[in-house]
Amino acid sequence: MIQGVQLDLISEERLARLTSMEKIRLILDEVMAGNIVVLEKGLSPEESSRLIEMTMMEISPDGFAGIEMETYPARSQGGGILSRLFGNKESPSRLTVIGPANQLKMLRKERDLISAWVSSR
Amino acid sequence: MDILTKARKRLSRFLRVFFKKKRSRIGIYGPPNAGKTTLANRIVRDWTGDALGPVSEIPHETRRARRKEDVTISNGDGDSIVIDIVDTPGVTTKIDYHEFTEYGIEKEDAVKRAREATEGVAEAMHWLREDIDGVIYMLDATLDPFAQVNIMMVGIIESRNLPVVIVANKIDLPDASPARIKSAFPQHPVIAISGLEGKNVDELYNKMIEFFG
Repeated sequence: MIQGVQLDLISEERLARLTSMEKIRLILDEVMAGNIVVLEKGLSPEESSRLIEMTMMEISPDGFAGIEMETYPARSQGGGILSRLFGNKESPSRLTVIGPANQLKMLRKERDLISAWVSSR
Repeated sequence: MDILTKARKRLSRFLRVFFKKKRSRIGIYGPPNAGKTTLANRIVRDWTGDALGPVSEIPHETRRARRKEDVTISNGDGDSIVIDIVDTPGVTTKIDYHEFTEYGIEKEDAVKRAREATEGVAEAMHWLREDIDGVIYMLDATLDPFAQVNIMMVGIIESRNLPVVIVANKIDLPDASPARIKSAFPQHPVIAISGLEGKNVDELYNKMIEFFG
């Protein structure tokens, strides 16, 4: 049998149909199964926060060691007078790749380039 | 500081006084081994003579959030703030107990440390969501600031509209590059310090008074 890694690219439209918890569960289930997930549109800050928490709950000795996740830095926001008065608005999230921490390694990351290496289990 | 920022701060100060808001809780956040507890200890020692927690070269030495209440920070101009300092466990998306055995820790203790560390990260995130009014985000200035956890955490902090001061720590080390951190987060003030040697911490105290007051 050919050895390989499953790669799931999830469209923005499909993500938009999911609730936050469904998104997080989908990501964790895929990654815990050893798959790499690429989201066309990344998670919101609130979803990222929940993902970190839920990832911590799933970590086990000699089992799941957590996730490696990469996305581009947010584009800088101009912001008008109102947004400056009332604080920063949420930045649009961008293409994001997520995989098991022991299989996905970042090689190089810049503002506009992510280079990663994936190994099979 | 521009006029709008000043106006926003004055309004927030007025509302705080008017509604008798509680003291601000300032969380020290950042990835593991950025020097959070070293800075927390320095702040608490400088202004109360006390200490907050042990430090170690082994990651995840701090596995529970620790709070020091009523820390008064002042400067030579007569400005001051009273805050609670919250030292938090380092935030990460992965924890493997093998990382700790490489430091000579026995497997049983390493597994326990890893379990406590996962709980600590979740606790830190919970504090940020519920109980923190401002953030000092610590970065090791010798490392790449574009690490995903930093991008995520700064995004989370911004989405909550919390005032944040970014600290480029470990400038006593030859590879330190605070300029790289400034270019990574141009939207926030960045103060370069050595928490270990105390270099430039007065500038950080002034910025804390300005931002968290």
